Amino acid sequence: MSTETEAPVEAPEPSGDEIHDAHDHPTDRKYVQVAIVLALVTALEVATYFVEMPGEVLIPALMVMMVFKFFYVAAWFMHLRFDSPLFTKFFVTGLVLATAVYGVALTVFEFWTKG
Amino acid sequence: MADTAAVSHGQGTVTGLSNNKLLMWVFLGSECLLFGGLISTYLIYRSRFGDGPGPGDVFDIPFTSVSSFVLLMSSLTMVLALSALQRGDIRNNRVWLLTTALLGSLFIGGQVYEFTTFVREGLTYSTSPFSSAFFTLTGFHGVHVSLGILMLMSLLISSLRGTLTKERSETVEIVGLYWHFVDVVWIFIFTVIYLVPSPTS
Repeated sequence: MSTETEAPVEAPEPSGDEIHDAHDHPTDRKYVQVAIVLALVTALEVATYFVEMPGEVLIPALMVMMVFKFFYVAAWFMHLRFDSPLFTKFFVTGLVLATAVYGVALTVFEFWTKG
Repeated sequence: MADTAAVSHGQGTVTGLSNNKLLMWVFLGSECLLFGGLISTYLIYRSRFGDGPGPGDVFDIPFTSVSSFVLLMSSLTMVLALSALQRGDIRNNRVWLLTTALLGSLFIGGQVYEFTTFVREGLTYSTSPFSSAFFTLTGFHGVHVSLGILMLMSLLISSLRGTLTKERSETVEIVGLYWHFVDVVWIFIFTVIYLVPSPTS
C-alpha cells in the first residue's frame, strides 16, 4: 500500500496534442485548421449567392452556417472552449438578452410577416 | 510590478480570474446589445428606400465576400500573434500584430471604396431610411475595426519599446478578444445584410 498512488490527479481538460501550454491554448497548427474550416464555410455561404435556391431553403442554410462560424470563432479564437465558464456566461447573457429584446422589437414592427 | 502582473492574471482576485479579461467579456456582452439594435433597425428599414436605390441594387457580393475573407483571416493572424507572445517569440508576435493591422486596414479600405461607390450611385446617408440604417450599422462596425487597428498599433509600439513581454501576454489576449468580436459581428452582418436576398427598386 503506497500513499503515492492515492494522490489526487487533476486531469487537464481538454487534453491531447492540440493543447500545448499552461494556458491550455491550442497549437498554431490547430488555429490554421480552424481558419481553413471557417474559410470553407464562408466559401459555401458565398456560393449560395450564385446558385438559384428557394428562400425556404436558402435562409435557414445561411443562418446555420452563420451561427456555426460565430460560435466556432468564439470557441477557438476567443478561447471560450478553454477559459472559465464565467466568461461564456457573461457573453451569452448579452447575446441572449439582445436576441430576446430585438426579437420582440422585430415582432412589434411585423418584420416576420411583412419583411 | 510582480503583484500587478499576478492580479492581471487572476491571482489574488475574488473570482480567481483576471479582472481585466472579465471586464472585456462584460463589455463584449454589452456590445451585443448595441449591434443587435443596429442590425434590427436595418432589418426594419431595409425595404423603405422610396425612389432611391434598394439594397439589392447596390450590393456587390463578390467584393464584400473578399473583404469578409480578409477580416476572417485577420482573426487567424491575431490569434497567432498571441500564441507567439505566449511562447516568448517576440519577433513573430510583432510580425503577426502588424499583419493583423494591415488586414484590418485592407478591410477598412474596402469599406471606404464601397461607401464611395454607393454615394456615386446615388445612395447617401440621407437618401432613405434604408440608407441611413445601412451606413449607421456598417459605419459603426468600421469605427470598431479602426479602433482595433489603433490598439494593435499601440501594442506594436509597446513591443518595439520592449515593454510587451511574455509576462504581459494578457494585454494581447484582451485586444484579441475585441478583435475577434469585431470579426464575429461582421460574420453576422455579412450573412444577414448582404447574403440574405435583399429587395430591389
